[in-house]
Amino acid sequence: MKPDTHDCALTAAERSLREIVEAGATNKVLRKEKLSDTIVLFELDNPLIARNAVAGQFVVVRPNTLGERIPLTISDADKVRGTITIIFQVVGRTTMELARIKEGECVPDVCGPLGTPSEIENYGTAICVGGGVGIAFLRPITKALKEAGNEVITILGAREKSLLILENEMRELSDELILTTDDGSYGIKGVVTGPIKEMLDSGRKIDYIFAIGPMPMMRAVAETTRPYGVKTVVSLDPIMIDGTGMCGGCRVTVGGQTKFTCVDGPDFDGHEVDWDELKIRKAYYFAEEQAAKEMAAKEEN
Amino acid sequence: MSRIKERQPMPQQPAEERIKNFLEVALGYSEEQALAEAQRCLSCKKKPCVEGCPVMVDIPEFVALAAEGKFLEAAASLKKNNSLPAICGRVCPQEEQCEKFCLLGKTGQPVAIGRIERFVADYEALHSNGNIGEYEGPKDPMLAKYGVAVVGSGPAGLTVAGDLAKMGYSVTIFEALHDTGGVLRYGIPEFRLPRNILNREIEYVQSLGAKIVKNVVIGKTVTIDELLSGGFDAVFVATGAGAPQMMNIPGENLNGVLSGNEWLTRINLMRAFRFPEYGTPLKKPKKVAVIGAGNTAMDCTRTALRVGAEEVAIVYRRSRAEMPARAEEIENAEHEGVKFHLLTNPIRFIGDDKGWLVSMECLKMELGEPDDSGRRRPVPIPGSEFIMEVDTAIIAIGQTPNPLIRTTTEGLKTTRWGGIVIDEATGMTSIPGVFAGGDAVTGAATVITAMGAGKIAAKGIDKYIREKYGLPVPSEEPVQEESKGNGQNP
Repeated sequence: MKPDTHDCALTAAERSLREIVEAGATNKVLRKEKLSDTIVLFELDNPLIARNAVAGQFVVVRPNTLGERIPLTISDADKVRGTITIIFQVVGRTTMELARIKEGECVPDVCGPLGTPSEIENYGTAICVGGGVGIAFLRPITKALKEAGNEVITILGAREKSLLILENEMRELSDELILTTDDGSYGIKGVVTGPIKEMLDSGRKIDYIFAIGPMPMMRAVAETTRPYGVKTVVSLDPIMIDGTGMCGGCRVTVGGQTKFTCVDGPDFDGHEVDWDELKIRKAYYFAEEQAAKEMAAKEEN
Repeated sequence: MSRIKERQPMPQQPAEERIKNFLEVALGYSEEQALAEAQRCLSCKKKPCVEGCPVMVDIPEFVALAAEGKFLEAAASLKKNNSLPAICGRVCPQEEQCEKFCLLGKTGQPVAIGRIERFVADYEALHSNGNIGEYEGPKDPMLAKYGVAVVGSGPAGLTVAGDLAKMGYSVTIFEALHDTGGVLRYGIPEFRLPRNILNREIEYVQSLGAKIVKNVVIGKTVTIDELLSGGFDAVFVATGAGAPQMMNIPGENLNGVLSGNEWLTRINLMRAFRFPEYGTPLKKPKKVAVIGAGNTAMDCTRTALRVGAEEVAIVYRRSRAEMPARAEEIENAEHEGVKFHLLTNPIRFIGDDKGWLVSMECLKMELGEPDDSGRRRPVPIPGSEFIMEVDTAIIAIGQTPNPLIRTTTEGLKTTRWGGIVIDEATGMTSIPGVFAGGDAVTGAATVITAMGAGKIAAKGIDKYIREKYGLPVPSEEPVQEESKGNGQNP
């Protein structure tokens, strides 16, 4: 069986809620951009999701009619245009399939905004930390923290220069921007925890840290800040199916209690997360994911 | 009495065959069988069977038509009161409803009403050349401008949508998932309810004029308040009981421990049993324990067998008599090779050093005094701990209503356990214009009780909108005799 392709109709601009909801959303890709070799941006027509989306929320996306449901953080929501922006890194079969959708075509299923919004208030001085494709998800939170009156220091890290995305946008949103690359091809050589530790050691008053990116990076940030007792919030992305609290596949232990990431999160106190358990749970389908990836790569050629 | 013939048996796929496939287990009556079974009906004047039907299908009427071989007419008769007959004929617990009241049941076996219903609905599907069936009843064109939002496309939502669309309202169903049917699709496996049957029944509701918008989570994408202020005149909440109950015992988050909902959603909705053709993966289990003994638990065991598990067992803390699943489902599971560890309760999941489930520690139980539910309370036997080796444990001990709507709708009254409180007569909640029904109100129950609630709410919504806009109330349809047994005098 072959998955259906993605065709759809255009939507009108100004309509009442009843008209908008009755029409549904087309999820047409109005803009497709390659931010790096493996990172893709979609701006999607979905006035329904754009209406209520706030920083920290995500959508569940399915790339075709046979595809898997995966959660992706909403990178931006334009209430006037009625669009949302999602950014994803091509790492496996589902993201490969998603990346095949062309500008002008439609993503079959986009559901959201899901999850509990990030807690935004004026903490004082906040550090926003983004790693790899996580930088894309950091944007709405950085923006919200800045608008709430915080002094925002942004630290972006990536393996190498080409993966360090959205530098200019993030510079505009931040009072201070620090860049790191593992190989030293750009910014400070090393990982994001270096500048964080330096800042905390220097005695500078840091009130709040938000980190989003690969799990080892978020864990490292949490471990770095733990001795200093600075509140550190992380945005988790465990395996998820429905995203509405129905399956419990996204269970995480936080402060000794089981939470469903999709409804109780995705933001949690990084010092309270059981990282060992999360690592194991994220690897649940590792073998199957590898097989699917190889299959998809063959299809690609 | 000697003239009364035996009930026609249901042809089934042999157990050893069917555990290798996802095709329907019960094969359905042949035309000869359907005729013979329908002819067993005594056509009682009092129609006791109708009292047992939550949607008041005129059972003797459709059975009499079937007995004459007028199957298409029988289908039309069924559809007057039931928009989903092919589903009900398959998944209703008839033994506790219509068939329980059948006069033949007093001395022998009741008429197999459900099986005849199923045959008639399937016959219509087969003989309509892919045509879904036109609804030719009266639609009031005046009502088209009034919009009703239905939240959830499960049995309660489909029933309300079908009934209101038949009256002439503009109905929009919002479904949170990417596919329709709610628990009928993510919960009930296709060997009990084939997908083409489900799709056809949903298409029928759409053909009546109901529109379905998928991927919209009411409470998140749009709130109830926004629906009411944004152009909808009434809202029906039919979000089911989709939140899984976990056991809260050590080791529950090990890899290999899943909720029944996750297990069934992966297989039924996402079709992970056909991975990698489908994108959602499934870990092939070897030794499976399903904890709980309701219909969901039985569905979990039987899907586990079909994806290749070597050993599958029910682990249940009470005894056989208290098992909440339908007798037929328990029997099916047993025939397929499912083992039953009764009076057994897991107290801990045990993992290996990599975090994968390898066994669970259980306690033997005995039955004590009856509890609130009237069932005898299971009491642990001290010192009876033992280890059961399993690589997959599926927790199917119950579901509660999803809190998404409750927590985002101010003023919506709910019970202690999260069920939405309604006026039984109209289905209206504590918020004017907001109605509710099905598992979201009752907690996990059956398809047909949800449909019964939908029927009541559809009338309640019609009345509410007519009163709100001062529309004439159509003369009451002639009620079939006097309603009995509700203790109310007119």
